[in-house]
Amino acid sequence: MTRDDNPFAPLQREAGAGEKITRKSLTAWQDIRYRLKGNKLAMFGFWVIIVVVALAILVPWLSVHDHYSNDLVNKNKAPTWGHWFGTDDLGRDMLVRTMMGARISLFVGVMAAIIDFFIGIIYGAIMGYFGGKVDEIMNRLSEILYAIPYLLVVILLLVVMEPSLTTIIVAMSITGWINMAWIVRGQIISLKNQEYALASQVLGAGHMRIMFRHLIPNAMGPIIVTVTLSVPSAIFTEAFLSFLGLGVQSPVASWGTMISDSIGAMTIFPWRLFFPAFFLCLTMFAFNVFGDGLRDAFDPKLKK
Amino acid sequence: MVAFVLRKVSFMVVTLFLLASLTFVLMNVIPGSPLQSEKATSEQVKKNLEAYYGLDKPMFERYINYMDNLIHGDLGVSMKKKYQTVERMISSSFGYSLRLGLASIVTSVIGGCVLGILAALYHRRFLDHFSMTLAVIGLAVPSLILGPLLQYIFAVKLGWFSVAGLKRPLDYILPTIALSASSIAVIARLIRSTMVEVLNGDFIKTAKAKGLAGHMIVWRHALRNSMLPVVTYLGFMIANVITGSVVVEQIFAIPGLGKFFVSSIVDRDYPLIMGTTIFYAVILLIGRFVADIAYVLVDPRIRLKGGKAGA
Repeated sequence: MTRDDNPFAPLQREAGAGEKITRKSLTAWQDIRYRLKGNKLAMFGFWVIIVVVALAILVPWLSVHDHYSNDLVNKNKAPTWGHWFGTDDLGRDMLVRTMMGARISLFVGVMAAIIDFFIGIIYGAIMGYFGGKVDEIMNRLSEILYAIPYLLVVILLLVVMEPSLTTIIVAMSITGWINMAWIVRGQIISLKNQEYALASQVLGAGHMRIMFRHLIPNAMGPIIVTVTLSVPSAIFTEAFLSFLGLGVQSPVASWGTMISDSIGAMTIFPWRLFFPAFFLCLTMFAFNVFGDGLRDAFDPKLKK
Repeated sequence: MVAFVLRKVSFMVVTLFLLASLTFVLMNVIPGSPLQSEKATSEQVKKNLEAYYGLDKPMFERYINYMDNLIHGDLGVSMKKKYQTVERMISSSFGYSLRLGLASIVTSVIGGCVLGILAALYHRRFLDHFSMTLAVIGLAVPSLILGPLLQYIFAVKLGWFSVAGLKRPLDYILPTIALSASSIAVIARLIRSTMVEVLNGDFIKTAKAKGLAGHMIVWRHALRNSMLPVVTYLGFMIANVITGSVVVEQIFAIPGLGKFFVSSIVDRDYPLIMGTTIFYAVILLIGRFVADIAYVLVDPRIRLKGGKAGA
């Protein structure tokens, strides 16, 4: 009996089989992009965001109508070829107004992201990096700010300022970044004792360099997820305040004011409510699912 | 536990004091006064009015005065609605807001738990996808759209509920749903994600191995361990319900506290602005405080001294 006939003989082991790379090696970012692309819902959200941004930029620019001219002969018209989304109670074109509303919403979203990025990250990084007394004092301060609800901040500001987009953004920059600061703080605390930070310190890098070149780039995952999810909540806040009459004022078109203007007449002129409401929901949906997808993509526990 | 509570309470008092002072200063440094009106008033009438509301005294004295009254629970008299004290205005409308808020919190917790548990138990199956789709919709459709939508479908078209007002108990259903949708969604997602993890834990295997019935495992072990993020979220949710109720009250014409928020600003009614701000801040801080205490009570890993072992 030869050895080959023996069914229990161990297989011939190829030299260096254990070293062979079976899967293409991916950098962390390639891996994240790969996983994000596999998530259909998140990609759908991503494309919806792109489309809404494109519409917001192009429609008011290309349309023959504008968002403020009254045309009282053609008021409250249902959608037609001339006005794709119909007209409102002053005969203003709803398509252009809805897209101007999209501009405002997206602008608020972008501002929220910028505030998160600049104030939140710097504040959080300083808290986490220096620790000790600095951390204690800054943390207490942020807790006090956090205890003041956003609506109260807006109302306090409205005592001093006129209701406008500026008020909303100022209020956001007072309290909107705290969540981000806490997330960054947690990340920095866990990262600052890693070897590469120590190595950089030994090589003579200053605090700023360690923080911004080494620690923050390594905390980018949670930062990006937090930013993406803070965008829909900022969009909602703007719509909410404008709805109450505490935000953007007419004739500037905001989804919130358009919704509140049309509620009284929703049984008679439903399109006036439908279009701004639909785009508000669609945008919030898109940012939420895209943010969720990003979170899953960044989570190494979900790696298949 | 006592030290923990004391620390939290002192923190609340400091926050409240800062907030009240900030509001007072902000309101008083800006030009414009609540006593301005279109009608021309004679110097004497104006002086008398200012004296009546104490606006003729220097700011620091008014501040001390206000704080003194505040400590004694006196929020002052509205400057726009004649002869109405701020406490009366708040207490006559707070009942509606409170009932609506409590209904919404209970609905959110129960609804969110049911959806979340179903999703976790049937992980990656139909019920999971179903409840998570509901949750994403709940997140994407804000109350200011859900409210009119529900009103239109169930009150105007189907006629099952009254369109506005809070006269019958049935009237609470639509506003409560509009107010709770986003919280239900958040809680469902929180419960699902932690529960999926918890259900794979060793102590669940132990519970199964010792022959505990399925519903007992969910109830006694899995749910309690999954509740932690929900309890953390509670404090945040209270703020959500408070701000959300301003919109929902307006949509359903509920005579709650929300209307004062907007009207006091427009009218520059100083005492009413101060009153509503402080009142809401107190509610919010108490809510957060209760959530902090609940967190300690729910977490099976935190045992404060003297606590009994076992649920």
